[in-house]
Amino acid sequence: MGRAQQVWQAYQWRRRRQLRIARALARRRDLAPIVDRTDLIRPGDILAFVTLRNEATRLPYFLQYYRALGVRHFLVVDNDSTDESGAFLAEQPDVSLWHTKASYRRARFGMDWMQALLMQHGHGHWCLTVDADELLVYPHLETRPLPALTAWLEDRGEVALGALMLDLFPQGPLNAVRYRPGQDPTEVLAWYDSASYTIQRKPETGALWIQGGPRSRMFLSERPERGPTLTKVPLVKWHWRYVYTNSTHAMLPRHLNLIYDTEGGEKLSGVLLHTKFLPEIAVKSAEEKSRRQHFGEPGDFDDYYDALTLAPDLWHPFASRYRGWRQLEAEGLMSRGEWG
Amino acid sequence: MSARLGFVMLVHTALDRAAQVARFVAQAGSPVVIHVDARVPAAQHARLTAALADLPDVRFCRRHRGEWGTWSLVAAMQTAARQLLDDFPQVQNVYAMSGACLPLRPIADLATWLERHPDTDFIESVNVADVNWTKGGLSEERFSLWFPFAFKRRKWLFDRTVDLQRLLRINRDIPDGIDPHIGSQWWCLTRETLDLILRDPMRPHYDRYFRRVWIPDESYFQTLVRLHGRKVESRSLTLGKFDHQGRPHVFYDDHLQLLRRSDCFMARKVWPGAGRLYDHFLTPREGSVSDAEPQPSRIDRHFARATAQRIRGRAGLYMASRFPVKNRENGKTAEPYSVFQGFSEVFQDFEGWLTAVANCRVHGHLFAPHKAEFAGREKVFAGGLSDSATLRDYNPRAFLTNLLWATRGERQCFQFGPGDTQGKGFDLLWFMAADSNAQISVISGAWAVPLYRSGRDFAQIRREAARLQRIEMQQLEILQSPHVRARIRIWTMAEFLENPAEPLHMLFDEIAPHSQARLIRIPDLVDLSGFGSFLQELRNQGMQPVLMGDFPLGPVSPDPSHRMK
Repeated sequence: MGRAQQVWQAYQWRRRRQLRIARALARRRDLAPIVDRTDLIRPGDILAFVTLRNEATRLPYFLQYYRALGVRHFLVVDNDSTDESGAFLAEQPDVSLWHTKASYRRARFGMDWMQALLMQHGHGHWCLTVDADELLVYPHLETRPLPALTAWLEDRGEVALGALMLDLFPQGPLNAVRYRPGQDPTEVLAWYDSASYTIQRKPETGALWIQGGPRSRMFLSERPERGPTLTKVPLVKWHWRYVYTNSTHAMLPRHLNLIYDTEGGEKLSGVLLHTKFLPEIAVKSAEEKSRRQHFGEPGDFDDYYDALTLAPDLWHPFASRYRGWRQLEAEGLMSRGEWG
Repeated sequence: MSARLGFVMLVHTALDRAAQVARFVAQAGSPVVIHVDARVPAAQHARLTAALADLPDVRFCRRHRGEWGTWSLVAAMQTAARQLLDDFPQVQNVYAMSGACLPLRPIADLATWLERHPDTDFIESVNVADVNWTKGGLSEERFSLWFPFAFKRRKWLFDRTVDLQRLLRINRDIPDGIDPHIGSQWWCLTRETLDLILRDPMRPHYDRYFRRVWIPDESYFQTLVRLHGRKVESRSLTLGKFDHQGRPHVFYDDHLQLLRRSDCFMARKVWPGAGRLYDHFLTPREGSVSDAEPQPSRIDRHFARATAQRIRGRAGLYMASRFPVKNRENGKTAEPYSVFQGFSEVFQDFEGWLTAVANCRVHGHLFAPHKAEFAGREKVFAGGLSDSATLRDYNPRAFLTNLLWATRGERQCFQFGPGDTQGKGFDLLWFMAADSNAQISVISGAWAVPLYRSGRDFAQIRREAARLQRIEMQQLEILQSPHVRARIRIWTMAEFLENPAEPLHMLFDEIAPHSQARLIRIPDLVDLSGFGSFLQELRNQGMQPVLMGDFPLGPVSPDPSHRMK
């Protein structure tokens, strides 16, 4: 690539990033504050940014989990929940809550809202952008909470932590298990695939594109290119210039995507335990199908939602049982890098 | 005894932890002079002095603005050391520590140990000409260039001034008598040596020079000790490890056992949140003084392993934070594996035979067009790999590397052939051929056997034979290219059938080196009577089957003398 072309491309990426920011600022108007406790945020606090809809079952454990890891404040957008999510969140002392009835799809799957809040409140903080069904696991987490992790990363000039999104599933049909709010979801969803992931490097952004896992295996085996994207950059030392381009899978400026080593070494990384397949999935799939608020062309995933509505069994005899971060690291799903 | 050992302590963050450590040291009877960075806000500083106000032997010295890599840290050390020597005339040894250091053993242990090593200066001090562990590319240049700008705050200016000086071939004069040495800034010097360094009549001259050296806190005392020390033992008594970028490793609660067993006196640096470490090591212990020698080797190994994982990574692993570019994999796959082409075609139940005789997992054609033939024809195999051909063909290379990663500890064998998925541009075979873990054995032309036995329409057979031969020819070309790293063996079918036992035993010795291959019965061949005429028929139809070698027209039967007993 010639020098001129490189400059032109860099300019294009910059334009794209600026448009994203402008768009996020415009979408900021969708959000109506319910409780704003952001004045409690202190310099150096670790913040979590969440968009959700009807997650009352998951929220008690979600908040407890991340509080224990050292998240100091949660900035939540409630996309018109019809359950108790909103009321529950509003009474939490470390949550700031916004409400919107606007289309999730039109807000780039909530990312415009996240982007606006990140820009306004996240600058200079380590920010965790996750969904309510994602629990971050990383090496040594029981003795080294997030402030220890971020201090280590920062000392080495790293501004982001990469993670693989790992789909957890139960043994037996999805609707055959019981989950009570507040329970550790890995007690119910105790299984995962340890090595069914494919990786491609996206030449334009430098980001890795990881796909596979039980969803590809069960529902998309004839259309693997539609398999879920499992690359995530959930934890970033935020700068107002940064944007997430495609959910939290990739970022701009492009150097933020270099969360992997290309010379054979392993960088420090984590895993996002994905608790999507809790028993309510069957009902939620039917709703998601009718709301048509998800990625890709509406209608593309109808088969997928139909299959989920039937509560299939994702388990197989070679599935790995979840036993904590050490096993995930031994299986090569994440790495301590040099954080010995 | 501890009163003869004094500490200078530099602190700039986590003041409450520093206070805890200072209290621990002072309560053991050792005086401490604390230098608090001038950038620490007044309120925090006041809290620290108040917290230690009840300890008369904890003093605070004049404050300097500390900036990493600059003279200010040496100035701070000089000021604190001077005050310690002046205020506490009984002090015979001075230990330099930071607020992030944690004593791992009672101070009395250290004091006694130092008594047993009289007149010795413990300071890592390595001639700069001999070091290879400086990070960041500057070693001798630290002493021969000027460094007017702070590395951390003015990175760009720092780099440009270095570039410019290199361009101008600047070479500062090093003061007479000075031979630059570098090493850890956490030293333990005797009163005599330290006093001589601080009172040296040449000191203004040396100080002026070191002011513009890069990271003088790692070289000032380390160099001057060579002028004044009577007995220099070049090592630091503070346990501190550095990562491959030269940043210090940090100790957390999970390092407790490792640190306990190290018998080192002091560790750096400790994460301020490591409550268990502080609780454990700062709890006064009963019992007599221990004279154990420090043993940092276990900790060395622990962090060496981490560095290896960061630099080399685990062979055969492709994941979110390890995605090596081509040929930088440090091992393309996780473990050795065997690929057989043509064997299941010429032998009856080759898979079953191999499973029975070798302790390994034997698959069918993993890359068969309709589905992945896993051992036992499992629908889902290790790691969650599906037998779906579409899923596999989406990234056949990842399918292979995943399989080998997920089955570490058990050798994988599988059948391959020209009828299987080859990947884009024979991507898969190129990958295997360049992989030193692969053992690839080919009986060329054997793909014709199933065609011969299929009894299909001959026109169809002829078309298929031409297609398979074309593919296998390309495969052979890849396997014979100069870039291969795999163990590759190729026989024509005719060659192989002359004496099938010999090659089988050879392969078997590699797969299972400890079993007694010679005693093993080889599998039965499929019935090949009429194969010669089949090949002739292909020729008659205008196709030229060449890969089988010189196959006799008549029925073949291997020389019975070669069959194994």
